[in-house]
Amino acid sequence: MPDAPNIRIQAQDFDLQAEIEALTSGRRDIGAVVTFTGLCRDERGSLSALELEHYPGMAEAEMRRIGKLATDRFSLLGLTAIHRFGRIAPGENIVLVIAAAPHRQAAFDGASFMMDFLKTSAPFWKKEHKVDGSAGDWVAAKDADDRARDRWQ
Amino acid sequence: MTVKLVYFAWVRERIGKPEEDIDLPADVTTVRELLNHLKSLGEEYEAALQYPEVIRVAIDQEHVDHHEKIGNAREIGIFPPMTGG
Repeated sequence: MPDAPNIRIQAQDFDLQAEIEALTSGRRDIGAVVTFTGLCRDERGSLSALELEHYPGMAEAEMRRIGKLATDRFSLLGLTAIHRFGRIAPGENIVLVIAAAPHRQAAFDGASFMMDFLKTSAPFWKKEHKVDGSAGDWVAAKDADDRARDRWQ
Repeated sequence: MTVKLVYFAWVRERIGKPEEDIDLPADVTTVRELLNHLKSLGEEYEAALQYPEVIRVAIDQEHVDHHEKIGNAREIGIFPPMTGG
């Protein structure tokens, strides 16, 4: 039986290896673990940090709802999803998804499904802070993210 | 009826506050009518909700379409498209 998805929203960083061990320790039925880590990136050398804002309560509820969908659809044996909030500098972690299953395809698909729906449905927003100290723009939502979600329907 | 509104990201910045309680006029029964009502409250609301079709809404922390009835909502979240992950 799969455990309920482990969903966390936190300001502090996460430890990938520790999270994998927490998901798999003591189990003999997991044959595949896929992890996805999303990092803050700076493409033009102008970004000081991203400010991650979220809707407390709803963000966790949406991630839990999506995690349950992924677990049921791909018969996952375990799922962890951690999303950070607050100020995050380029190179630092933003989001972690770990999907565990008997075989690799379900683990790949479960992690991918979780991320595609998280990006379009979980209430988080990114604001840019520039190296020159000015407040940048709010990051705009991408049509490509909607298309990535819709391929699962 | 009084309902708590919570705003996020650039909707929050343009309106100038994170949340407020408002009294709903009797003729405001759907999400679309609520957004139109808010636009009439002042230029900061007009700036935030200028293009209501892009605005996302959650009733009691669940996503809803603009044609959804407000019903006995306790909390209505109003925000831009999401950009997490």
